[in-house]
This record gives sequence, structure tokens and C-alpha cells, in this order.
Amino acid sequence: MSDAHDGVDGRADDDDASPDGGHASATPSTHTVRLELVDEPGQLLAALQPIADNGGNLLSIYHERGNKTPRGRIPVEVDFEATQERFEGIVEALRTEGVNVMQAGTERYAEEVTLLLFGHLIDTDLSDTLSRIEACESASVADVSLAAPQGTEEASSARLRLEARAGETEAALAAVRELAEEKELRLVEPLTGVEA
Amino acid sequence: MRLAVIGAGAVGRSVVELASEHGHEVVAVADSSSATVADGTGGRDAGVDPDAVVARKAERGIVGDGDPADALAADYDVLVEATPTTLGDAEPGFSHVTRALERDRHAVLANKGPVAERFGDLRRAVADSAGEIRFEATVGGAIPAVSTVEDIEPGHVTAVRGVLNGTANFILTRMAAEGLDYDHVLAEAQDLGVAEADPSFDVDGTDAALKCVILANVLSFGAADDPADAREFALDDAEVEGIRDVPGSTLRLAAEDGRTVRLIGEATGETVRVAPRLVPENGTLAVSGTQNIVQIETTHAGRLNISGRGAGGPETASAVLGDVGRLE
Repeated sequence: MSDAHDGVDGRADDDDASPDGGHASATPSTHTVRLELVDEPGQLLAALQPIADNGGNLLSIYHERGNKTPRGRIPVEVDFEATQERFEGIVEALRTEGVNVMQAGTERYAEEVTLLLFGHLIDTDLSDTLSRIEACESASVADVSLAAPQGTEEASSARLRLEARAGETEAALAAVRELAEEKELRLVEPLTGVEA
Repeated sequence: MRLAVIGAGAVGRSVVELASEHGHEVVAVADSSSATVADGTGGRDAGVDPDAVVARKAERGIVGDGDPADALAADYDVLVEATPTTLGDAEPGFSHVTRALERDRHAVLANKGPVAERFGDLRRAVADSAGEIRFEATVGGAIPAVSTVEDIEPGHVTAVRGVLNGTANFILTRMAAEGLDYDHVLAEAQDLGVAEADPSFDVDGTDAALKCVILANVLSFGAADDPADAREFALDDAEVEGIRDVPGSTLRLAAEDGRTVRLIGEATGETVRVAPRLVPENGTLAVSGTQNIVQIETTHAGRLNISGRGAGGPETASAVLGDVGRLE
């Protein structure tokens, strides 16, 4: 399974759905599962059904059709929101339905947070921005999407998915806030904890 | 109740038109340069003719042949302060309200200035008066935000947040839906009359911030055992970011991830913050177009969401007349 996604992915290789200890919150958080599917019609839908049926709110599906797993199947990465309790139910339901769950949840990083930055991201050295976020103890940069439709001279936007240690989302956001201020970038923070 | 309506913009005119449906009489109306006062010939409860006032305003730009001071001195029970919002000393609205209180009359405000910028001064004026003030119409138009917080009791409300500016919300909604840039959508909003020629008040977050400041004052003073201990908020205490610079690409990146951006205001008894925030695209707070939503976080009653029209003459006048009813 060679997959560019893993390169920027700070998650520990944990194949277990066990939650991060002591964080049984009723607040939904974002979870990522990696599935492998047989390349046949209807397989993707069948895999998503248990997520929806068990109270998961689908956020994104990354269907890596160009890639194959070592078993010749197609890797699919699914992001969804669910409480920790429902998340466990979802993983169990997926496995019951015969879907191969390659990776679910994380040990090291319990919380995910997505945020947007806009402004002169390229002029202010985006890779430096990312490595300084990465250097912060609380969080790791899991995913970056950049949109610079007007070229490098005009304002551009970036979406960052950070993975934060349990209970440290606020500290991670504070670090990004400080960095954005220093580089005169605008930060669009998520409304954390109220995403009902 | 006998009403004196000060201010003859969209809200003032709608109050004049709708008062009788709520069982009230308008005995005086003033705009910045003219006034009309019921002459009393029809008996104590005979008010001014609403249709004639509205027609004169439309045709000649005045509400009557009298002086605005006559309306302030008229024999009314409730003064409706619906002049444009001003910042800083919040005049002339502030003096209109305190004059009513000095006469032991009630005042209902649609003007945000006095409640946002001089809440402490207003409280002191109320303390010395037999009159009361109400200001539901200053927050979220037709949405009963202030009275809901009062019903739950401010001490049991931990935060109030929401989308409190229809113009900014319209622009963000259109940018996301059409993939257009800010300037393009702003021009469209101006053509539709959704945005003013100078949209600063709305797009820079000032209007939403004033509403949150008002809510913060309600929470702070309402929760304090002694008002002397309550923290008073004004616009300067708010952390405010607008939507003017948000590029279309930011909304596109949000949409790719099942999210969108909304100008969200948040008030607690300690902080006021207005900023563009990332919210789930189909979430409760992602209301569309000019809709507003107020979300109230409570200690014992969970979370309440109230959405509706946050602006407009009849909508805001309904909130004003609801307040008048609460004073009976």
C-alpha cells in the first residue's frame, strides 16, 4: 500500500478502535477510518451505510482509485464526526458487515481540528508556517490543502487539519493564532465543541 | 398603551402602522426634523392617523408640521426610540430615553447605541425612575433573544452565540454557493438592497458586535447579585473581525471539507467576540441568506436555537410591540 496520504499523516499505526483513555466525551469529534474495498459496484455505498446508520456524520471520502492495497483492493479514507461511543459502534458495525478496516482512530492524537488560513501564505513561507505548527507540542499537521487561484502574488487560502493530543486542541489553536498574528495571516477558527 | 415613536425609518414607520393591531395608540411621531402629535380632540386615547403619517413621510419627507421636541413632550406611556444607531455617546437616542425615564415613562429601544455603549448610564437612569426600558428589537430583529435569556435567567445562561448580521451572512452564503469573490457578491447585495452603499457597519462586524455587547450586558448584569459588581461592556470591549478580506478560495476549501464560513458572534458575561468561523455546512448555525440564528447555551436547559428574520421593518416592529406588551 503505497499512498501519498500516509506521508503527511502523523497518526500512529494503530489498528485498534480503543479510545484514548479517559476521554469519553459526548461531544462529537472528527474520526478517520481507512478501509479497503473490492473494486465492484456498490461496495463504497455498502461501506458507508454502517457509518450513517450508527450516528456518524460523514465529512469527506477520499476514494483512492489509482492506488491498490497489497491485496489488490482500493483504499478509501473516510472522515466523519461522531461521539467516541458512537465511533466505537461504527467500527464494530463496519467489521460486522465484512468491511476491512485497516486503520481506525488514533492512540497518540485524540482530537482533530480543521481550520483555515488566508492571506499572503506563500510570501510568508508556507512551509515554515507548517513546520512551526508541527513543532508545537500539542499538535501535528495531518493534512494541508492550498488554494492560490490568483497566483502567488494575491491572497491565497489553506485548509489545515491538525491532530491534537487529548484536551490540547485549545493550546494548538492558540499556537496557530499567535503564528497567524506574527505573519499577518487571517485565521478562521472552527467553532469547537458546538458543532451540533 | 399610548406610544410616542421617535424615528421614522423602516422600523419607526412599521411601529406606527402595526401598533393598533397590538391594541396600542400612537399619540406622537417624530423624525429628525418634524413631528406630529395627536391633538386630543378625539379623546384621550385617540392617536395620530398612521396612514397619514406614513404617506406624508413618503411624499414630503416629513411626518407632520410640528417640532420634534413636541413629540418628546407629548402625553405618552411608552417612548419608542427608533432613530439610527450612533456610537460613543449614543446621542440623540440616549437623551430621548433618559428624558422619558425622568418623566417616569417607559422606553422601548430599537436603537442599539444606548444599550451597547451606555448600559451602565441607562441602568442608573432606570433606577431613579418609575419607568422601565426594554430592547428586544436591538438583537436579531424578530428573534426573541433577550426575552428568552431573561426567561431562562441570565445566571443560567453560559453563552449566547449566533449569526446576527443578515448582510454579512448573505454575502458569505452567495460566495460559497456561486464561487464568487467578495466584491462581486457585495455589488449584487447592494443592487438587491441587502447591503448599504457603505456596508462597513455590517461587513466589518460592528453591527454583530453591538448585538453581542448588548447580550453580554444582559448576561453580566442579570447574573450579578449586586449590579455594582457587574461588568459593563461597550463596543471597545469586543474582539471584532469582519468578512471584508475573506477570499472565495477560503470558502471553496471549507466546502471541500463539508464546512462553510459564517460570521459568528459570541457573548458570555466575560467576553465578546465576533469573527468568521468554520462551521459544518449543514449544521445549525449555517443559516442561509439574510436569516439570523441565536443559539443559547444554558446550564440546565441544554442548548436552544432560534432562527428567523434578523432585520426588516415589520419584523423589528413586532419585537418593539412585543416589548410594549410586556410593559403593560
